[in-house]
Amino acid sequence: MTTLALPAGRAARIGRSVRRADPVLLAAATVCSLLVLLAVLGPLLAPYPPSQTDLLAASQGPSAEHLLGTDSLGRDILSRLMNGARLSFMGPGLIVVLSLTLGTGLGIVAAWRGGIVDSALSKVFNVVFALPGILVAIVAGAVFGGGFWAPVLALSLVYTPYVARVVRSAAVTERRMAYVEACELADMPAWRICTHHILRNLLPIVLAQATISFGSALMDFGAASFLGVGIQPPQAEWGLMVSEGQADLLDGAMAQTLSAGLMILISVVAFNTLGERLGSRAGGRR
Amino acid sequence: MTSTSATSGTARWTRPWPRLPVLRVIARSVLGAAATVLAASFLIYAALSLTPGDPVDQIVGQRATPEQRAAARAQLGLDEPLPVRYVHWVTDAVQGDLGRSITYRQDVTGLVEPRIATTLTLVALAAVIIVVFGIALGAFGGMSDRWRPVVSAFVGVGLSVPAFVSATVLIGVFAVKLGWFPTFGAGDGFVDRLHHLLLPAIALSLGWTAYVAQMTTAAVREQAGKDHVTTAVGRGLGRGLVFRRHILRNAALPVMTASGLTVAGLVAGSVIVETAFSVDGIGSLLMKSVTNKDYPVVMAISMLIVVIFVVVTTLLDLAQTVLDPRTRTTGGRK
Repeated sequence: MTTLALPAGRAARIGRSVRRADPVLLAAATVCSLLVLLAVLGPLLAPYPPSQTDLLAASQGPSAEHLLGTDSLGRDILSRLMNGARLSFMGPGLIVVLSLTLGTGLGIVAAWRGGIVDSALSKVFNVVFALPGILVAIVAGAVFGGGFWAPVLALSLVYTPYVARVVRSAAVTERRMAYVEACELADMPAWRICTHHILRNLLPIVLAQATISFGSALMDFGAASFLGVGIQPPQAEWGLMVSEGQADLLDGAMAQTLSAGLMILISVVAFNTLGERLGSRAGGRR
Repeated sequence: MTSTSATSGTARWTRPWPRLPVLRVIARSVLGAAATVLAASFLIYAALSLTPGDPVDQIVGQRATPEQRAAARAQLGLDEPLPVRYVHWVTDAVQGDLGRSITYRQDVTGLVEPRIATTLTLVALAAVIIVVFGIALGAFGGMSDRWRPVVSAFVGVGLSVPAFVSATVLIGVFAVKLGWFPTFGAGDGFVDRLHHLLLPAIALSLGWTAYVAQMTTAAVREQAGKDHVTTAVGRGLGRGLVFRRHILRNAALPVMTASGLTVAGLVAGSVIVETAFSVDGIGSLLMKSVTNKDYPVVMAISMLIVVIFVVVTTLLDLAQTVLDPRTRTTGGRK
């Protein structure tokens, strides 16, 4: 351990910069940014309109005109993949934003008020924990007949308690800190302490949680579309593409299912890795 | 997103009881579980009754007279307010009557009963795969430095493959390209059924196997670093003996909790896999009923999934309390 010979301050600085240059974190962040870029620009860059059918060129293998081939309606798979990125990311993105906002709010309120509020909230959360996410999405699909909003709202509801639990336990620690007491003695209103100090200190944890939730939201949202209670045809979305490709699978054409499945896999791995690394950095800072 | 209330149930009490008698713990968990199931069932019941379409249309058709509609409405019990209907549903359900299917014109119990065996076989098969491979991989990853990167790569990918992707890829490769397995159905007879359900079970178990492997690796590594293990190695005990007696036994509790949680989640996951493989279990029946707007069936199967989930997590909670007396005490000596 050569760092022992260095002055403590310098060793800590070197330690920080090594952490900062974490190659896995950088790689995951790069892949995630590229994927988000694809979701934004994909529809503009795609070589064909996603719903343009060409029955003369149906179920073709990869070629110069259609790099990934065509599906059974003659639609260009690559174009559908690039267009599908938008809905595949917008759904989970919205789920994360909604559940994070609600979960962070409830978590901080539970930690701040404690007592009855805390235990009442935890009872409500226990009920939601008993509902598997995909089941709630299915019930929402049964009620509203699928589409974009039914799975988004259903999954946001299911994800909220997980966020709230993480935020609550971190906020309870924060609540006992001396600076909170100082603010209270200085007559600062509670909401201001919560938003200006506690929330700000919890941001790294919230951010890490957001990234990890995005990975599972991506899987659950895709599953809802796959089951037919989410995005409906003829729209392009990866989970739906896996399901549509299943029909061609029996003829041995795997391009659509494989490429859409692979996009989901890459996205989830990238966001999970990013979230994990951000989380351990947030944990290390305390 | 799977670590549910397995531990919080016992750690929540703040009253300074020196020791909580086991019976009281059991009574509390059972009551809590019952309350959870009741609340969840009301949520689902209320949500399903919010649906825009009128179930009466499906029975009497669009062109029925108002009198016919009112009669059908009264027959379905829809003329009563929601809480009353809900109480009726619960009292019937407790007595084993889950209502009548609108599309099949048959009792829901009769629809569900033959299919639940298929689903439970699938879930059991997947559970065996998860426990055997998850714990084996986790033990390798925890004990051997050479295996650890392999195991953690498997965990990283396994946790990121949704079941519907692994299901379709497995169908494409092993059922269509190689022709080793049938592409759909559940099969008759024991061997044929195993042959039909093996691929779905693998698809269902992949993510959870990775999860159990991850938990096992962590638990084994934690135990392997403890003093009693160092002492045992120092006493000259063989590696196998140290692993079995000192590491595995102490790592068993978290591993058991993780495995149990997976089994609780498998029933919900089987909906996806059954749909992908067209296995005629309760999961694919649920999806068919959603398409047909057959709400009594949707309600019954949803509740079945929730009840299985809650029962398994409660049992896990209790098993933990019985096996590890430390979790029973709170404020007192530790």
